Amino acid sequence: MVSLTRRYRFSAAHRLHNEALGPGENARLYGKCNNPHGHGHNYIVEVSVRGPIDAATGMLIDLGLLDRIVEQEILERFDHTHLNLDVPSFKGRVPTTENLCVEIFDLLRDKFDVKSGSARLEKVRLEETNSNFFEYLGPSPSPAEGAACEKR
Amino acid sequence: MIYLTRRAEFSASHYYHNPEFSAEENRRIFGKCNNPHGHGHNYTLEVTVAGEVDETTGMVLDLKDLKAVLESEVLGIMDHRFLNKEVPVFATKIPTTENIAVEIWNLLAPKLPAGRLHRIRLYETQDLFVDYYGE
Repeated sequence: MVSLTRRYRFSAAHRLHNEALGPGENARLYGKCNNPHGHGHNYIVEVSVRGPIDAATGMLIDLGLLDRIVEQEILERFDHTHLNLDVPSFKGRVPTTENLCVEIFDLLRDKFDVKSGSARLEKVRLEETNSNFFEYLGPSPSPAEGAACEKR
Repeated sequence: MIYLTRRAEFSASHYYHNPEFSAEENRRIFGKCNNPHGHGHNYTLEVTVAGEVDETTGMVLDLKDLKAVLESEVLGIMDHRFLNKEVPVFATKIPTTENIAVEIWNLLAPKLPAGRLHRIRLYETQDLFVDYYGE
């Protein structure tokens, strides 16, 4: 099994603001990120897929297919948008980089199916700036599932 | 447990071709990478070893030894080479980044203290890398 990771870039604006909180609380919690006009980042998203190497091609996944999936599902949806205003899934959900990272994982997860051979989505790593990044490997197993895994 | 990673760079050319595929299939599956004259990359290799810190030396592994093994087993064999034509294992195995990462593991693991090699990460470009943990 190998993991293959490819980096992509998109630029978007956002504002961190929770309608359920008052102006003072929002300002205290989110600081400069609460500026009502929004602000933007050049995001770098790393998509990792994992699986066996195909013996005939020497490849884990066709990179063209990986690019098409990420282009269609992620870059077209988010690039040069205002996440709060232009992306329906962030209506009523604060577009922090944490939430965006989980959203990207959820959008991609089911796209790696029969067409992508045995490659499965392993991880999404999202850089908001050079100094900040977030990683998501999917939902943690519930305690019951964890116990079942240990027994196996 | 502590993890130590050393980075090294090498430059090599390769092309992707499976003799069992037709010429058209090779072009369709491998695209530009099927050009028989080859093309090249500046690879960045990260070798990670894992272990406990030795109480006497304060080190997990002597870096000089790791550097020497990297030089003799990988860089000396692959740097400035046409992988398909000059590295025997790739005469029959397509030198994709996936396969190169696995091969580097196979070259290094027997030359390092048993069980110490943790991960091979091989960057083909800044935006594409493969990780292999030995299984």
